[in-house]
Amino acid sequence: MSLVSIRDVRKSYGAQEVLKGVSLDTGRGDVVAIIGRSGSGKSTLLRCINGLETYQSGSITVDGMAVGDGKTDLRTLRRHVGMVFQQFNLFPHLTAGENIMLAPTVVVKEQKGEARAVAESLLEKVGLAGKFDAYPSQLSGGQQQRVAIARALAMRPTVLLCDEITSALDPELVNEVLKVVERLASEGMTLILVTHEMRFARDVGTKLVFMHQGRVHEEGPPKALFGQPATPELAQFIGVQP
Amino acid sequence: MSDFSFWIILQNLLLATRWTILLSLIAFVSGGIVGLLVLLARVSHGRVLRILSLGYIEVFQGTPLLMQLFLFFFGVALFGIEVSPWVAAWLALTLWTSAFLAEIWRGCVESIPKGQWEASESLALSYGEQMRHVILPQALRIAVAPTVGFSVQVVKGTALASIIGFVELTKAGTMLNNVTFRPFLVYTLVALIYFALCFPLSWYSKRLEGRLNVAR
Repeated sequence: MSLVSIRDVRKSYGAQEVLKGVSLDTGRGDVVAIIGRSGSGKSTLLRCINGLETYQSGSITVDGMAVGDGKTDLRTLRRHVGMVFQQFNLFPHLTAGENIMLAPTVVVKEQKGEARAVAESLLEKVGLAGKFDAYPSQLSGGQQQRVAIARALAMRPTVLLCDEITSALDPELVNEVLKVVERLASEGMTLILVTHEMRFARDVGTKLVFMHQGRVHEEGPPKALFGQPATPELAQFIGVQP
Repeated sequence: MSDFSFWIILQNLLLATRWTILLSLIAFVSGGIVGLLVLLARVSHGRVLRILSLGYIEVFQGTPLLMQLFLFFFGVALFGIEVSPWVAAWLALTLWTSAFLAEIWRGCVESIPKGQWEASESLALSYGEQMRHVILPQALRIAVAPTVGFSVQVVKGTALASIIGFVELTKAGTMLNNVTFRPFLVYTLVALIYFALCFPLSWYSKRLEGRLNVAR
């Protein structure tokens, strides 16, 4: 059974339908890369998975928990679904370490000392050992995004959603963030990423999803899709001759 | 004609200033506490709470403070409850202050970027936890300068309490004028004392504002 199951999800903003019946399965340990033009609905789809957006019809389940049916408590769901944002969204009044410790201490009621130890080891994991007491404003974009990843990991999520997490970064900072994500993938973390990093999608992804006009236009193994796109839209998007 | 020397006038005014300061402080503190409650209702998810708090704010912002003082002083007396000028002034100023502070603070809460709500929501924080740990600490920082700035309005607002017979700086000025017939001297001194109270506050508020802009 798939860990994240999306079935015929539809969503509209007023008269504009942005998701026109999307279905997508993500298994445990999968690294799903969602690509597509802006406005194709990929970020909206991702935000539906942890309930930041609502949808009108269809269903989404994460590890057996239904999202957005009004019965599952969204807070319970979100303890299992981590999210990293394009703009980092670190809490500017807290240090890097406090950002990471906040949810474990407040939501899970972990002891301060225990949470601190976890935060320190997570910072080390994302290559920021020693930055525990730095405020977000003292960190570069790449460092902030790595703290944001560590913050999401502190809740030990079963799946991590990444919403264009390198799009706001200077080009030279992109790789340090991608390396962290790649390492998570190699450790078996289930990842669903909306991304513009084609090379990353091809090399690290286990599944590629091309969204076009609110639908999954093509999906399959990344190398096969990049090598031989089946539709002219994907061919045009990735810039190869069909 | 008068035995009231300049120094006696000044001394009496300064003694009355104590009551202006005390009334300002008390109104500001209790207004801040009520204002925080009104703010929480104003930004809550409950529709009824939001509408009630909006009505509260509109009523106290949309009517003169003097009318509010009259209503507390004379209006409550109609129900057979004796209200001293002290209590009437304190109550009216508290409610008036709370309405303005709630609205100032609402602006501060709403200036916190949406991403802060989304990030904390995604970390499974409840609405109350988001407010307490993420939104209010940041809003508070922004709120300090306009809050200190508004305290000037509270100090000046206490002058109206003189009309219902509360002896503070303005009332003392009026009384001294009645016996000395030196309105220019008396009211100039009154104005200077108010200025001496308010100027440091507005100066400090501007300084805080400047410091905040640099930090961002």
